[in-house]
Order: sequence, then structure tokens, then C-alpha cells
Amino acid sequence: MKFKWWKLLCIFFLLLTFTAGFLIKIPIIGNLHQTARNFFFHIPMWFGQMGLLSLSLGFSIAYLRTENLKYDIYASELAKTGIIFGILGLITGSIWAKYTWGEFWSNDPKQIAAAIAVLIYLAYIVLRGSMTDMDKKARISAVYNIFAYFIYIPLIMILPRLVQSLHPGGMEGAKGGGNPALGGNNLDATMEMVFWPAVFGWLLLGIWISSLKIRLYMLANKNLINE
Amino acid sequence: MVKIFILLKKDFLLELRQQHTFFGILLYVASTIFVLYLAMGQPDSAVYNGLFWMIQLFVCVNAVAKSFLQESKGRMLYFFSISSPVHFIIAKLIYNAILMLLMVLLSLILFRILLGNPVNNSFQFIGITCLGGLSLSLVFTLMAAIAAKAQQSAAIMAILGFPLIIPQLLLLIRLSKSSMGEVFRAGALMQISLLLIGLDLLVVVLAIVLFPFLWKD
Repeated sequence: MKFKWWKLLCIFFLLLTFTAGFLIKIPIIGNLHQTARNFFFHIPMWFGQMGLLSLSLGFSIAYLRTENLKYDIYASELAKTGIIFGILGLITGSIWAKYTWGEFWSNDPKQIAAAIAVLIYLAYIVLRGSMTDMDKKARISAVYNIFAYFIYIPLIMILPRLVQSLHPGGMEGAKGGGNPALGGNNLDATMEMVFWPAVFGWLLLGIWISSLKIRLYMLANKNLINE
Repeated sequence: MVKIFILLKKDFLLELRQQHTFFGILLYVASTIFVLYLAMGQPDSAVYNGLFWMIQLFVCVNAVAKSFLQESKGRMLYFFSISSPVHFIIAKLIYNAILMLLMVLLSLILFRILLGNPVNNSFQFIGITCLGGLSLSLVFTLMAAIAAKAQQSAAIMAILGFPLIIPQLLLLIRLSKSSMGEVFRAGALMQISLLLIGLDLLVVVLAIVLFPFLWKD
């Protein structure tokens, strides 16, 4: 069995997240109490989603440039993992919201934007399912994927800055304004020591899952794809 | 430039010759708004605003969908051989934008006649509806091109287009509240309008870059 270094790194980072994340002393801020530990799970999901969808965009562009079906499979599997991360991000966010804002779902602009982002990429999967011709499917879905990404970025990076929200970050002048999701520079130093490894750990896990799915697909459709 | 103009002229000629499609959409707009009038009477501004943009969304899906779906396979092949994809998509974008502007203004008049007028600042609202019609038509033109290629026409177009249009639709609904009496933070109106125009430009550029890949079969 081949073991690549980044897979070891992923395991190490996630072990760190699941041990240190629950054990370190965290500052108690307002009504967050111990729920602030969700920081190591909820936010890395969105970093992971962004990372995976950006990779997916890259492979879609690569497909349109080279017409190599391999890249289309990369793009679609990465997007699927991105959707899973998005759904997990929504779930962890709702649980967090239940204990800090009082409701699982309070129609907060950021919750809505995140849900729409998931819908956009679900439409990508539906579009892929609607066609049977492989080349046509690859080309049309690559076009949609690129278009969707450029709508997705304003949706989660610009819109949240314009409206009031319960979520930290956002409007200029508000606490931690400027960044659409994070609460600015008020992250505790010890938390930061766990937070960044958690971000990369989850991202690497996403890439790992996608690479396994890609390999499985390649094996199942060996006769279709010429290396 | 001349080629774009010729393609545009062809679309308008086609519209004049096959009037049933144009009047079909017109009837669709009129009957929907009439049913709304029978159902709601004259709603207050929040409901009015929401209904107005929802109707625009559905009108746009119907109006723009047919622009690609009406082209038969043989005719597409003919266009393929005589013009470049960039000219073709620009002509379609312009044509759909004009068609949608017409529809938006017509439905605005119908809304005003039937559902009353909660709008304080009429000129501003007309400007916002024009901007909205433009935004909707641009996004759905590319979606119609994708749907036409996927051969599942209307259903797939709605599935693809609705999530993508939500950001712009939310901005438009927010923007129209300003002409219905809501007071905005100084500069916020300009900021949202510029953002919408920026998104429109982005969509046009993406359509021009991406359409050539859809085109070849």
C-alpha cells in the first residue's frame, strides 16, 4: 500500500483537532461558552468547500482546454465532495445556532446564502444526470460549473457584507467587519494553534475522499477512458 | 458588428412573422397578473414587491427559453457554418434583453392598473425594473443555451437557473424596497446598483467566453 505524506499529515491534523480541540482551554466569550469548540469543525467545512469547489473549477477549465475526460471526472467528484462539506457546514452551523441564537434555522442571510450555494451545485449534479453522451455531458457540465462558480463567489463573499446578520463578520463597521464569515482578529492564540491545522486537515480529508472516488470511477470505467 | 446586427434583425423578423410566440408570452403575463388581482385585490407594498419579482422570474423563464428552443437542429447547423459563436451569443443576449425589457415594462403597467401603486418614487422603480429585466434575461440566456444542449428544455432550465438567479433577485427585491418608502443607509443604494451592474457584466463576459464551448457538437 502506497502511503503519501499528505495523507499522514491529514490523519495527524484531524487527530489533533479531535483531541486538542476538545481538551484545550478556550476563552469564554459571551453566550458562546464551550460551543466555541465548534470553531474547529464548522468553519473548516467552509474552507474545505471553497477549496474543493475551486479545485473543481480548475479541472473544469482544464477539461475545456484539453478535452480529456479524466479532468471531467476529477471536477465532478470534487464538486460532489464539496456539496457534502457544504451540507455538513450547514448542519454544524445549525447546531451551533441552536445553542447560541436559540433556533436551528433563523433565516439568517448567511444561512440562506450557504443553502443556495448547496442548491447551485446540486443543480450541477442534476444536469450531469440528464445527459447520457459522455463527451457532451462533460462539456456542458464544465460550462455550467464555471458559470456557477462565478455566481457562487459573489454569493458568499460580497452579499453577506451588505446585510445585517447574527453571524459574526460581515458589514463594514460591525464587529469583525470586512471578512464575510470570521470575527476578525479576535481569535485566541491557543485556539489558532488548533484552528489552522483543523482547516488543512479537513481540506486534505476532502481531497482524499475525492481521490478515492475518482480512482473507483476510473477502475469501473476503465474501457471508456484512455490514459 | 454588422454580423451581430444581421443576427439581431433575423431574430426580430422571426418574432414579427411568428407572432403567436410573442403574443403567447404577453397573454401569459396578462393572465397571471389578472389572476393575482382576482386572488389578492390590492396587496401592501411588501407582498406587491415579492409578487412583482416572482412574476418577472417566471416571465423571463418563458420568454428566454424559447429563443434557443425554437431553433431547430438543422438551423443551428446553418448558423454554425455562417457565423461565429461570439456574434451569435451577443445577438441573442441583446435580443433577449430587449424582449425582457419590453415584458418588464408591460407587466409594470399591468401591475399598476390592476394591483394598485404602493410605489413612491416611480422613476426610480422603473429604473430598477429595467435593471432587473436586464439581469434576469442575461443569466437565463446562458441557461437556455445549456438547457437547449441538454435537450431537456424547460424543466432543466428552471433547475439550473433558479438557484443561480437568487442572489440577483434578492438584491433587486431589496433595491425596490427603497422606492416603496424604506430608507437606506447613505450610499447603500448606489452600492447595490453597482454590484448588480457588475454581476451583469460578469455574466456577459462569462457567456461570451463559455458559449463557444457549448456551440460545437
